Amino acid sequence: MTFASILEWLIKGFVWVMILLGGFAYLTYYERRALARIQVRIGPNRAGPLGLLQPIADAIKLIFKEELMPARADKLLFFLAPIITLTPALVITAVVPFGPEGLNFPLFGRVITWQIADINVGILYIMSIASIAVYGIVLAGWSSNNKYAMLGGLRSTAQMISYELALGLSFVSVIVLADSTRMIDIVEAQKSMWFMVLQPVGMVIFLIATLAEVNRSPFDMPEAEQELAAGYHSEYGGMKFALLFMAEYDKMIAICIIAATIFFGGYREFWFLQNTWFSVDQTPILGPVYVFIKVFILLFGMIWVRATLPRIRYDRLMAFGWKILLPLSLALVFLTATGILLAQEVNPLFMWGIPVVSLAAGFIAILGMYQTLRRKEHARA
Amino acid sequence: MLLEYAAIAAFIFVTILVGFIAIILGMLFGPKKSTDVKAMPYESGMNPIGPGTRRMPVRFYLIAVLFILFDIETVFLLPWAIVFRKLGVFGLVEMAVFIAILLVGYIYAWKKGALEWD
Amino acid sequence: MDLTLILFIILAVTAIATALGLLISRNAVYAALFLVMNFACVAIFYLLLGAPFIAMAQVTVYAGAIMVLFLFVIMLLGAEKLPKGDVLPVQRPLAIGAAVILLAEAVILLVQRFQSTAMLQAPGTVENSMDSLREMSGLLFTEYLLPFEVTSILLLVAMVGAIVLTKQEKGTRG
Repeated sequence: MTFASILEWLIKGFVWVMILLGGFAYLTYYERRALARIQVRIGPNRAGPLGLLQPIADAIKLIFKEELMPARADKLLFFLAPIITLTPALVITAVVPFGPEGLNFPLFGRVITWQIADINVGILYIMSIASIAVYGIVLAGWSSNNKYAMLGGLRSTAQMISYELALGLSFVSVIVLADSTRMIDIVEAQKSMWFMVLQPVGMVIFLIATLAEVNRSPFDMPEAEQELAAGYHSEYGGMKFALLFMAEYDKMIAICIIAATIFFGGYREFWFLQNTWFSVDQTPILGPVYVFIKVFILLFGMIWVRATLPRIRYDRLMAFGWKILLPLSLALVFLTATGILLAQEVNPLFMWGIPVVSLAAGFIAILGMYQTLRRKEHARA
Repeated sequence: MLLEYAAIAAFIFVTILVGFIAIILGMLFGPKKSTDVKAMPYESGMNPIGPGTRRMPVRFYLIAVLFILFDIETVFLLPWAIVFRKLGVFGLVEMAVFIAILLVGYIYAWKKGALEWD
Repeated sequence: MDLTLILFIILAVTAIATALGLLISRNAVYAALFLVMNFACVAIFYLLLGAPFIAMAQVTVYAGAIMVLFLFVIMLLGAEKLPKGDVLPVQRPLAIGAAVILLAEAVILLVQRFQSTAMLQAPGTVENSMDSLREMSGLLFTEYLLPFEVTSILLLVAMVGAIVLTKQEKGTRG
């Protein structure tokens, strides 16, 4: 370890943070434009061509806003909570590879990889950072000395930890397929076929659980304007609010990057481009481009969901997480493991039993959802 | 091996630094004219009654306990997922026993209504 | 001096400082946060010893799950501000006595270790590969199978206990 390598890490980290910052700014623009289109409006189009300078205008406005400190708030934690929220949202992407190992480029005699850190416990790292992410929100809620903020923070935490289980188990079902916890291995295991095909139900569980994890609609009860003002960030304004907002949107970007990596082939090419000039094996520089395209599409999915679905009632939200997603994802792990063992010992064709049986399990879960969430309604009446 | 983690540490350092800089920028440029009314906790216009933090339902505690247990289960499943090909049917059975014991508790929780939220 | 040693000393000081912070802080939320930092230090110790899996599990389970429970309990009771003074009159002398015994034990062990010249070393060379992780997992599910299975019973007991303690019978809400 030399001074040069420390400098390399710092610069690489800084560049990536700046990319995520820019990504956050333009994700807000993207969301506002897309939502406007869906609702037959135009959306921001005044600042700059096509309104492209809108995020910058927003940032400048937020810098010049007055920051309020609620009476009897816990001053230190009120100050620190936005940073505690932001850090995990950015740091979680550190293990994701953005290009194949062949893409490493030499610079000033050093080899720069397309990944911040290539560690053998990559998935576990993501899980541990995701579990740390709850602190910022609960502390923001608690330190504000506001009933709405407190309730929002607690609700958000309870929801996050409930869906973290399904999230962790869908990670396990991916590891079972990839036979590795290293992110590059997981991407390379999807060389011939994305895990989306082999693990369709796992993918759906992952996407639902991550929506809940980042408090996105339809799981945005912790921030429900109608009943909790704005939830845990009611009391925040100015740059502190900007940081909380940024954490939320960077979490969206981060989980889309992770979803793209573990279910949609990461930096690998789209299946119809295999063995052409566009494949990553032949043109490695396309790797980051593919990640970007996949993230762009996944983000649109999240915006679309927000525009389409109403909020879910909190008791149903918790019941859905605990009674449907948890058993289903647990069953999925076993189904996948059994399928792989059968394919390994008896006949490779059993591999195709995994998606078939898991789809059947998913169907049963949907029926069960109808049962568990409906019956209570009748019992109560 | 530690070098990779040192890279992560440097990244964490940079993100914290960026957060501090952003907040300090806001503090430098924003006006500071706080009044008693501005500092009042926001409750949609009503004057707040009583303290902002108060006792919370025990339900949150129960959710957290259940979460810990299943979280530990997930942490055990991760190393299992990378060796079960080698362990074969034996590995599948031992994990099934582990999960089955936990499932007893899960069913108990369900029957007792610990998973209900009302 | 060895870089790992410098890192170790910095971490050790931080770990002790956060532990002291936990004890001294009169605000239960701050105490819990000090404990989180302490867990993070312990996780980095595991990394220094070449055990990334344990390090990540430490963060996930202790810092991410158990401390969230602690925070919930603190908020549940509304017990952020601790009362001044001792609850039991004998607890202060008892604690000091226990601390002295523990310290003496640590010193004796340390002196013995130094005399036998067997310094603590990371077990073998651990590289950042899937193989080392596989080896560890293989051991967990063959040689240490019984402790692993017994863990599930422990978890079951914890789950049942929590439900019995918190769940009122139907119709007696209040």
